[in-house]
Amino acid sequence: MSLIIRDLHARVVGGQQILRGLNLEIEKGRVHAVMGPNGSGKSTLSKIIAGHPDYEVISGEILLDGTSILGLEPDARARAGVFLAFQYPMEIPGVSNANFIRAALSARLAEGEELEATEYYADLYEKMDSLEIPRGFTARSVNEGFSGGEKKRNEVLQMAMLKPSYAILDETDSGLDIDALKIVSAGVNALRGPGFGALVITHYQRLLDYINPDVVHVLVDGRIVRSGGPELALELEAKGYDWLREELAEPAAV
Amino acid sequence: MSSEVISQLDVDRTRGDFHYPEEHKFDAGVGLTHATIDYIVDVKGEPDWIREFRHKALDVFLSKPMPTNWASKDLENIIFEKIRYYLSNAQKATRSWDEVPDDVKRTFERLGIPEQERKFLAGVEAQFDSEAVYSNMKKALGDQGVIFVGSTEGLKEYPEIFKKWFGKVIPTGDNKFSALNAAVFSGGSFIYVPPGVKLKHPLQAYFRINAENFGQFERTLIIADEGSEVMYMEGCTAPKFETATLHSAVVELVALKGAKIQYVTVQNWSANVFNLVTKRAVAHEEAEVKWIDCNIGSRLTMKYPGVVLKGRKARGEVLSIALANNGQHQDTGAKMIHAADETTSNIISKSISIGKGRATYRGLVHIPKHLKGCKNNTECDALLINSNSRTDTYPAITVRGSGNSVQHEASVSQVSTEQIFYMQQRGLSEAQAMSLSVNGFVNDLVREFPMEYSVELKRLIDLEMEDSVG
Repeated sequence: MSLIIRDLHARVVGGQQILRGLNLEIEKGRVHAVMGPNGSGKSTLSKIIAGHPDYEVISGEILLDGTSILGLEPDARARAGVFLAFQYPMEIPGVSNANFIRAALSARLAEGEELEATEYYADLYEKMDSLEIPRGFTARSVNEGFSGGEKKRNEVLQMAMLKPSYAILDETDSGLDIDALKIVSAGVNALRGPGFGALVITHYQRLLDYINPDVVHVLVDGRIVRSGGPELALELEAKGYDWLREELAEPAAV
Repeated sequence: MSSEVISQLDVDRTRGDFHYPEEHKFDAGVGLTHATIDYIVDVKGEPDWIREFRHKALDVFLSKPMPTNWASKDLENIIFEKIRYYLSNAQKATRSWDEVPDDVKRTFERLGIPEQERKFLAGVEAQFDSEAVYSNMKKALGDQGVIFVGSTEGLKEYPEIFKKWFGKVIPTGDNKFSALNAAVFSGGSFIYVPPGVKLKHPLQAYFRINAENFGQFERTLIIADEGSEVMYMEGCTAPKFETATLHSAVVELVALKGAKIQYVTVQNWSANVFNLVTKRAVAHEEAEVKWIDCNIGSRLTMKYPGVVLKGRKARGEVLSIALANNGQHQDTGAKMIHAADETTSNIISKSISIGKGRATYRGLVHIPKHLKGCKNNTECDALLINSNSRTDTYPAITVRGSGNSVQHEASVSQVSTEQIFYMQQRGLSEAQAMSLSVNGFVNDLVREFPMEYSVELKRLIDLEMEDSVG
């Protein structure tokens, strides 16, 4: 069981090509990290997996446990088990966090089924407690007036409530101080297990000290150019990306 | 995704969109002349002063031009010669649900009327085309002197109260459509609440248009005597016809010293209805009038509920929500006329435009120079769902004198693709996502509504959003 991205070419609708033959397999039970310089296509990759309407796939496949999801609307992909923790979560004025998460859970139920309110709140409060989110949070509008740290915690809370099979975390560490980073990472680690695969997108090795990846990939110019163990992240942290670019350029120069 | 939307629509969308074959004993025919008026007066058995009132009103109506110099040109598409002005089977509403004719009963049962009466209402009136077919009130209220009847019964049975206030808040010549209503009015409610009587439960009227090419012209007059309190709620539906249907009501409210009136409207007209309604209240000393107005559906709605703040410390409030879907124009707003010291008014208007829908806000706040200690607060917020949606705001605030204060805030926001994507990523369909944004947008206002109506409103918004996406 895995989320497979096979030879994916994709571009901005009617515009620039961003992914150029990307291959990646995220198995359930494993955490993959993707690092790469600015503009290499990291955020685009996450949006394309989730089905953002601004991008179109030129060729290639995205298979969720063996089935293509390319023809599915974003909401169908989400219900099929793909979760994206946004780098910049959106604000939804007037909609409380409790109602939003409840609506998202209800959308996963069969027609006629209803969410049991007491169970729902028990579950919600338990997960809020572990993320150190105060109770008053439930009545606040989704992300409205939230600090960067609160927004990221909310993403992890939603993920914990929706229990996806595969999660993509897009620069979840950006805008977090060290304490918040620890809490958010602990939240992600709590989900790790045989039924959960994750793709952690980040600029900085720091996050990987808390969420230890099984595999680290380097994305440059729309392709995975190198994969390795956690030590690869340390190497990138120490040396930057330029050496990789130079190394990549050499064979072409011959 | 679309099949899911359709299956949900199958259940609910048809709730108001049905009609049964017409059989009317009394039909004033097509078109409007002085003979039409005599027919209506004769059939209804009304006194001479009403006959005279109606004939005069018709002359005023005919002499007034359409207000297309400021309002929508779409008004020119109303063909007055093709409309039927009076259709009914009987002139007196029954007090017993069992006595309501079967075809009419079926209609209202499908709309859930008697069920709601049992649940939470103090009294109900149901109007079918021109006349109220059912009117009932809890006996205890009658014993306290509360009057809740149709307008015809009101003017015949309680002339001393009726005549004193009728046409005084909204004179015939107020506008072309108030004149039209004065000429051909039929149905609507007449309510009188005696001094000090406070109704715990709301009174409700339900207006149903069943016939094609028809004009419904109900006339409602509510008098809350000193220190009394009443809440009145109205709902409206009509089936979808190919041709235009006209609804042109006049609603007058009188809140005497210290009285409180809350008037709640949730209309769900089909997209062929011209809904041109004049609503105004007079608030005497320390009285409070609150209009809660939800405009969903119709082809064109023009409605600006107002309060004339006539006595010291009177309060007026308009809370309105307008939802303009594709091809619809909601032209709504509020009027606050301050005419005494220390009067306060509050206007909160929220509009939503979907697709090519257009929402217009028109507000009028008038505080003359000689008054002291008056306050007005106006907030109008517009939400655009699509990039081709449209909203316009025309506030007119005239405040003179130094002892008065006015606050005005307006905002326009749009549901962004990124917001919808975010919600879809959590598993909500596009329609559910839009519905949630719209509900979020009106949420703080809806909290002010009676519970039953906020639930109904949420359901209507969901249906509109599903329809616009599907």
